[in-house]
Amino acid sequence: MKLEDNTTHHDNPRLIHINDPKKTCDNSQFSGNEIRTSKYTLLNFLPKNLFIQFHRVAYLYFLAIAALNQLPPLAVFGRTVSLFPLLFVLTVTAVKDGYEDWRRHRSDRNENNREALVLQSDEFRPKRWKMIQAGEVLKISSDEAIPCDMVLLGTSDPSGIAYLQTMNLDGESNLKTRYARQETNKLFLEGTMISGIITCEQPNRNIYEFMANMELNGHCLPLSQSNIILRGCQLKNTEWVVGVVVYAGQDTKAMLNSAMSPSKRSRLETYMNRETFWLSVFLLIMCLVVGLGMGLWLNRHKSQLDTLPYYRKVYFQKGKDGKKYKYYGIPMETFFSFLSSIIVFQIMIPISLYITMELVRLGQSYFMIGDRHMYDSVSNSRFQCRSLNINEDLGQIRYILSDKTGTLTENKMEFKKASIWGKSYGDSKAGGSREIDAGVEEAMVSVRKWKLKSEITPDPELIKLSYKDLHGEERIAAYDFFLTLAACNTVIPILTGSPSISGSSLRDGHTSIEYQGESPDEQALVAAASTYGYTLFERTSGHIVIDANGDKLRLDVLGLHEFDSVRKRMSVVIRFPNGSVKVLVKGADTSMFSILKKDLPCDDRMRHVTQVHLNDYSSEGLRTLVVAARGLNGELLEEWQQMYEDACTSLVDRVVKLRQAAALIECNLTLLGATAIEDRLQEGVPEAIESLRQAGIKVWVLTGDKQETAISIGLSCRLLTADMHQIVINGNSEHECRKLLCDAKAKYHVNSASCFDDITNLKRKTELNFLEMASQKKSSNMSPQITGEEDRPTFGPLALIIDGNSLLFNLATLCMVVLCCRVAPLQKAGIVDMIKSRTDDLTLAIGDGANDVSMIQMADVGVGICGQEGRQAVMASDFAMGQFRFLKRLLLVHGHWNYQRLGYLILYNFYRNAVFVLMLFWYILCTAFSTTSALTDWSSVFYSVIYTSVPTVVVGILDKDLSHKTLLKYPKLYEAGHRQESYNMSLFWITMVDTLWQSLVLFYVPLFTYRESTIDIWSMGSLWTIAVVILVNVHLAMDIQRWVFVTHAAIWGSIVVTYGCMMVLDSIPVFPNYGTIYHLVKSPVYWITILLITVIGLLPRFIFKVCHQIFWPSDIQIAREAEILRKRRPFFGSNADQDSS
Amino acid sequence: MSSDDGSSKKVSKKPRYSRFTQQELPACKPILTPALVIGILMCLGIIFIPIGLLALSASENVVEVVDRYDDVCIPSTDQKVGFIKDPATNKTCIRTFTIPKKMRKPVYVYYQLDNFYQNHRRYVKSRSDRQLWNPKAEYSTSLCDPEGQTGDGKPIVPCGLIAWSLFNDTYSLSKNDAALQINKKDIAWRSDRTHKFSPNVYPKNFQNGTLIGGGKLDENIPLSQQEDLMVWMRTSALPTFRKLYGKIETDLEANEKITVTIQNNYNTYSFNGKKKLVISTATWIGGKNDFIGKMYMAVGGTSIVLGVIFSLLYVFKPRPLGDPSYLSWNKNPALD
Repeated sequence: MKLEDNTTHHDNPRLIHINDPKKTCDNSQFSGNEIRTSKYTLLNFLPKNLFIQFHRVAYLYFLAIAALNQLPPLAVFGRTVSLFPLLFVLTVTAVKDGYEDWRRHRSDRNENNREALVLQSDEFRPKRWKMIQAGEVLKISSDEAIPCDMVLLGTSDPSGIAYLQTMNLDGESNLKTRYARQETNKLFLEGTMISGIITCEQPNRNIYEFMANMELNGHCLPLSQSNIILRGCQLKNTEWVVGVVVYAGQDTKAMLNSAMSPSKRSRLETYMNRETFWLSVFLLIMCLVVGLGMGLWLNRHKSQLDTLPYYRKVYFQKGKDGKKYKYYGIPMETFFSFLSSIIVFQIMIPISLYITMELVRLGQSYFMIGDRHMYDSVSNSRFQCRSLNINEDLGQIRYILSDKTGTLTENKMEFKKASIWGKSYGDSKAGGSREIDAGVEEAMVSVRKWKLKSEITPDPELIKLSYKDLHGEERIAAYDFFLTLAACNTVIPILTGSPSISGSSLRDGHTSIEYQGESPDEQALVAAASTYGYTLFERTSGHIVIDANGDKLRLDVLGLHEFDSVRKRMSVVIRFPNGSVKVLVKGADTSMFSILKKDLPCDDRMRHVTQVHLNDYSSEGLRTLVVAARGLNGELLEEWQQMYEDACTSLVDRVVKLRQAAALIECNLTLLGATAIEDRLQEGVPEAIESLRQAGIKVWVLTGDKQETAISIGLSCRLLTADMHQIVINGNSEHECRKLLCDAKAKYHVNSASCFDDITNLKRKTELNFLEMASQKKSSNMSPQITGEEDRPTFGPLALIIDGNSLLFNLATLCMVVLCCRVAPLQKAGIVDMIKSRTDDLTLAIGDGANDVSMIQMADVGVGICGQEGRQAVMASDFAMGQFRFLKRLLLVHGHWNYQRLGYLILYNFYRNAVFVLMLFWYILCTAFSTTSALTDWSSVFYSVIYTSVPTVVVGILDKDLSHKTLLKYPKLYEAGHRQESYNMSLFWITMVDTLWQSLVLFYVPLFTYRESTIDIWSMGSLWTIAVVILVNVHLAMDIQRWVFVTHAAIWGSIVVTYGCMMVLDSIPVFPNYGTIYHLVKSPVYWITILLITVIGLLPRFIFKVCHQIFWPSDIQIAREAEILRKRRPFFGSNADQDSS
Repeated sequence: MSSDDGSSKKVSKKPRYSRFTQQELPACKPILTPALVIGILMCLGIIFIPIGLLALSASENVVEVVDRYDDVCIPSTDQKVGFIKDPATNKTCIRTFTIPKKMRKPVYVYYQLDNFYQNHRRYVKSRSDRQLWNPKAEYSTSLCDPEGQTGDGKPIVPCGLIAWSLFNDTYSLSKNDAALQINKKDIAWRSDRTHKFSPNVYPKNFQNGTLIGGGKLDENIPLSQQEDLMVWMRTSALPTFRKLYGKIETDLEANEKITVTIQNNYNTYSFNGKKKLVISTATWIGGKNDFIGKMYMAVGGTSIVLGVIFSLLYVFKPRPLGDPSYLSWNKNPALD
């Protein structure tokens, strides 16, 4: 897929002639800017909607059954009756689809009819959005929405900057900067018309990448992501921009991205399909019995068939004498009888269950979204259900894989400490600012004119250092250090409240700066630099301006190597006003120490000291970055410049080429120091993690941080506790890791024999022990809880990871908690994949950033946190919420409820349909296998659609075994989901046995009651209809745990509705069953038979339930009793008090 | 794409509080306390046993005389079908029996057929209800084949196999040589007489084919008065069934000798069906059937026994309800 895309880029680039839409669109068919998100038009609605609907297997099954019934020899039901279920679901779905589509039509129309200024015959004139074509030049004013994807040609700003809000596209609220190329911008400001050709990629959905070239007056200018503005964004803080349309309408990235993510299927549904297979087997057996029975019966009565009054296969009228009537020979009759029994028994396969489940999940989501305890007031966001298929999986999660930054922590960075030139600052405890002496304070004045949004308390010593006159190695290092912090980033300063930004008015009053950027770390660093007197206040694509202790320093940016996860560093090449060129680098320590200068012994010392500081910082849970710099001289600079230029204009492999260019200069660096940033834990995280751990969920934290940082964070969020044994595996080679793993296993009694089976078996046993003993809380000093810390070598051979997995996994599954440090985004997904491939347990991945997307999509359940790092994670997730702590409620409360409800719902639906089908089956055995149904056709069809459907949905949505208070108080109740208590094979078989019993009762009680009597077939059918409806509803009523008025209405209402329907059906004289019900209700036998059926049918179940509760009470049962009795007791108690007083 | 513009941002999205959305509606949460379980079982016993007794006694009070005559009212064992099919043979047959107990009026006379699948799909569907009510719909015979129309295309009214196979044995009863009047009025359902079988539809072309299935109908009497047909066309649910033949409006005393003159016309010999004549009284429970009574007694008895067992269980091996020490993680002591 990817490969194909690439090739098309080369072979078939998209050519845009600027301001020449005709030429652009003549050569190739580019789509116009009219968008259509709607699926249908009035004309094609019916066929297309039907076509889409019949993609579902369930509907095809309905269709096949209905089609079978249309064959004359098989016409079991009347024509209309047999089509009813199909038509019913089709109509309901079609109406829903139609309504949604109508709304889409309306919004499309609004979008398409908006107007924008388009350059038409040398003048900007308004034009409707839908008329805009690729190649046209548009002018957008401030606060206007962008109608299509455009390459910027010019902006109102002389430096060519434009600010964009990309909220609609990616949900990030900060402003993004986009640049017009200086060359075109100049031309525009001069008022020259531009004509040129843009060569760009074919439309694709990647909103973070764009590669193109512009041919302008013979020059080839590279265009990148920073030169394009996308549909759906809004122009901000910029008076106007002019751009040329490159992608319009359906080709825009916004439209290409609006596709839904692939849906996941829940675990319960997978199990359900397994049981559906069994039901199909039952169905087949029953149909075979009927078919064979028919064959044998016909064979036995072969000679009589011609004249048998109730069969009569031959005409005796003149003319047709001897002609067969609806008789096709015994083998065919057997086959037909087989087919028609499939029609009669069709609801054995609970197809309607899929529709019921969808409805139930919809209702469950409604309650999850509406839960006030999962509303985050900080981000003003409710809980979101983005996927409607996996609600019940939330009740069975065994592994939580969590990102750290932004998920466990707030991702609000605060600059805490720094190590500069081998000296650590920021260690002094609170109140540092009080000690600032007069001189410093004076110097501070100049800084003060920049008002920052977030203020930090500076370290006085460091302040002194930063204001000292420029001499001494230490001072120069500090200068470079802060310069790097201020310059080496992609943060955009936004100035507000100042009269002017221009340099001359620098000293006028206070200006408040807001730093906007994609990375909170960078924002924190820039803010810190500003506090210490190095304020970044202007940034264009070509230069940055820094106010360094009051001096305005204009630095030309020659090149910027952005952060990527392979290099794990970022660098910027700047030219100082005096002409010297420096490369400033910041990055993760592992990636930095290897590229430092190693010639001098003092470098070594520095490195060592900094390393010690870094370890200190990270053990306090701070995020660290190493800062380094290097001067560039002529030759190297030239070489790099060429490579960089080349890489930037390249359409192919730009990333790789840029990386090569970066490698050229990112070496032999001089270490300047290190920074430490604090990222505070989110509210309620320790409590949530503790509860989740008690619930038997294994929490794995995957972080890019270093081992020490990870451990300290782990301790502070109670992931790790003092009584845990920590296993640290941090070998640098395959062998070392293997050895550590084996040692750890030996130590904790895991047999590391080569035989994998042994390990697995043992693992199971020991795991159980561990889990049980874990509950006795530190009683033994040899607590067997294990904490595994795994440190994967970041650049280790792939073989290690794969090879080590089997060993690693055995150990890791034993551990309650696993911390994985130094994990790259793809490795996160790899870990999820490893768990998924090795166990049947469900995994949940939670994260907030773009780097968690792959993990979220890979896991069984993906949860996104709407945080600081944008919304990619949310877009990819199944559920999204504002805070990590909601996870506790989501899993322990809603997950538990959803699982209990859906598990019961499935079993009940199996039972409900099977008991009905079996009842029909027994009767067919009494009708010479002729697939007669005593029930009227309509009642047979209404049974699953009207008579019994509503209560299942209502109970599936509203039933609740335990209150949320109890569930949160005893997190261990969640383990019911792990043990699959609500739905498993044995429950299925028990239900089926119960079903068999109830169907026999249903059939035989009326049979014996009315044996040798005048009962007619419709009275019998009427009795059976009402009996089965009452039976299944009372069965449901017996299992309901929480009766609210809706439940009452649904259950008893269903019975009333059934009576109503039957009365209507029996009041139509043209039906043979006319008047039946009126006749029946007068007979007392009818009523006592119904009572008898209900009681005999349900008595065994009742007894079984009571015995189960006496002898093997489940945890849920006990907790439920405790909860309810606790509520009653005070009530009784107060009564008693009143009596006594 | 939903737009989150500035105005909506200020509006709190906090879900509105209602007891419904927070799933905190006042609810009844039943739990199976020992008292409840024992109460339910005892109640079942207390309700079911009296009903059972009532039903049993009602069934006991029914006096029923059953006489199988198909095997006796036929001369030779080999030519049964030939005999019954031959219109010329004399099929009169006389049976006598004594009344065992006093039978209070009304005494019902039924015929009972056996092994006759009136519930066979081919049979049940072979009728036209439109034709029975609407004189203009006499041609709607599509479902009635092979007894829909005559050879020359005339509609048969009433059409279909059910009507065609109308039962046509007749009984005349006499007590001590005095004829007992059998009232054949009002033996069909009222709804059938008034809304299903029309007073304006008369039998036509009925039983004219070469194969005679059963009884003939008087073409001068409208369907609304053909009550035997109505009874017959309420097809039975089971292959063994009774149908009402008529009512005797006088009491029959014990030990009275009843003589029945049977016209044994109906052919059940071709499919080995039995024919029985049943004379029976009726109570609220219907005919003689002690199944309901016995089942009610059994269920009631079982419930009480179970109730006692559970009571004993709760006395000797009580489990305190809602005791957290029974929770699985509190129950299992440390293994080492």
